[in-house]
Amino acid sequence: MNIAIINYGAGNIQSIKFAIQRLGYTATLTDNVSEIREADKVIFPGVGEASSAMKKLRESGLNQLIPTLKQPVLGICLGMQLMCNFSEEGATKGLGIFDVAVVRFSNVLKVPQIGWNQISSLKTELFKEVLNNEYIYLVHSYLAPLCEATIAVSEYGISYSAALGKDNFYGTQFHPEKSSSIGEKILLNFLEM
Amino acid sequence: MLAKRIIPCLDIKDGRTVKGINFVDLRDAGDPVELAEIYSREGADELVFLDISATEQKRKTLADLVYRVAEKVNIPFTVGGGISSVEDVDILLQNGADKVSINSSAVKNPQLINDLVAKFGSQCIVVAIDAKQVAGKWLVHLVGGKVPTELDLFEWAKQVADRGAGEILFTSMDNDGTKDGFANEALARLSTELNIPIIASGGAGNMQHFSDTFTHGKADAALAASVFHFKEITIGDLKQDLKKNGIAVRI
Repeated sequence: MNIAIINYGAGNIQSIKFAIQRLGYTATLTDNVSEIREADKVIFPGVGEASSAMKKLRESGLNQLIPTLKQPVLGICLGMQLMCNFSEEGATKGLGIFDVAVVRFSNVLKVPQIGWNQISSLKTELFKEVLNNEYIYLVHSYLAPLCEATIAVSEYGISYSAALGKDNFYGTQFHPEKSSSIGEKILLNFLEM
Repeated sequence: MLAKRIIPCLDIKDGRTVKGINFVDLRDAGDPVELAEIYSREGADELVFLDISATEQKRKTLADLVYRVAEKVNIPFTVGGGISSVEDVDILLQNGADKVSINSSAVKNPQLINDLVAKFGSQCIVVAIDAKQVAGKWLVHLVGGKVPTELDLFEWAKQVADRGAGEILFTSMDNDGTKDGFANEALARLSTELNIPIIASGGAGNMQHFSDTFTHGKADAALAASVFHFKEITIGDLKQDLKKNGIAVRI
């Protein structure tokens, strides 16, 4: 299986590569359009600030490529947020795959949310054999509100989308590569789609 | 519900784990990668690696260690110790660190916090603050707690948060190594005054101390070293105990 991790200079992507290795697969870090297009699975990572990450995607033309991919695509953290219509962070226009606008957490609780929270209302094969209320690891200041594409829910002051799904596109606000054995199960579910 | 985090800290010197008692008298407690895997299996929520070596090869040794840990460990980890530039951080993140922790370099050059946040995002920038009480006032100390400053803990912590740090790791040097519990009064004040997560460090001796720092100290996470390294407390037992006390933990 060809697994491409989109490498556009947005943060720690080594961890995702290692997590895939621990599952017995090999992944390639790449920004090459044809390599990404031909991969069996595509992982779209991202940490950092939305507008500068989006700028990097535009510079390499990846913003055009990603929405046209046909194979299973998994956006992680900022990757998931960039797959939405819009992000309040840096007033960033996103890739428009998920029809929702990303907003900042209100200041009721500490921001960023850092740590392990629970997921529920799980939908799609991504969460096959994953139980409600399992803990996953998140670090974020912005969130995707609940919407039609919500496939997992988490609560931090409000209920929001811990994961999104539409057609062949999936996104997790949490880091499966850092979410212990549950994260590995979710990553494996994705790789075995 | 967001869980309270338990974070074993591994002090690293020349690629090996050590723990200082009040920051001196180092003892060897094993191989960092092996320890990291054990902690991860036992249910640690995160790990902190604090490099206290001062050799010329330090940067490369640490980057190698980060790479080896990232290969094996499926929970987040933070790396700190002598980090003083955007380039230092870049190398560590590229090798697989999830977060970095800066301390003295931030005091000497507070703008570094802004620069790191702008380049890498708040989520991966932890500012560690060592402080102790001098004539009733909490003063920030540098270089592993050896050099006192005039900086007030609470003023500095506020500045750190305003500059965009994602978390504060507060070590009370009055408590560190004593096993008498965390500095809960100061922690509670930090946690109330600031809107970012606070990690409690220094003073863990028994399981009740952890409960206390989450309730009285309002800490978001608690860090300890020797009680875990020398197996005085196992993380599994600790989490059961916290759960029994009504504290949200990941089990």
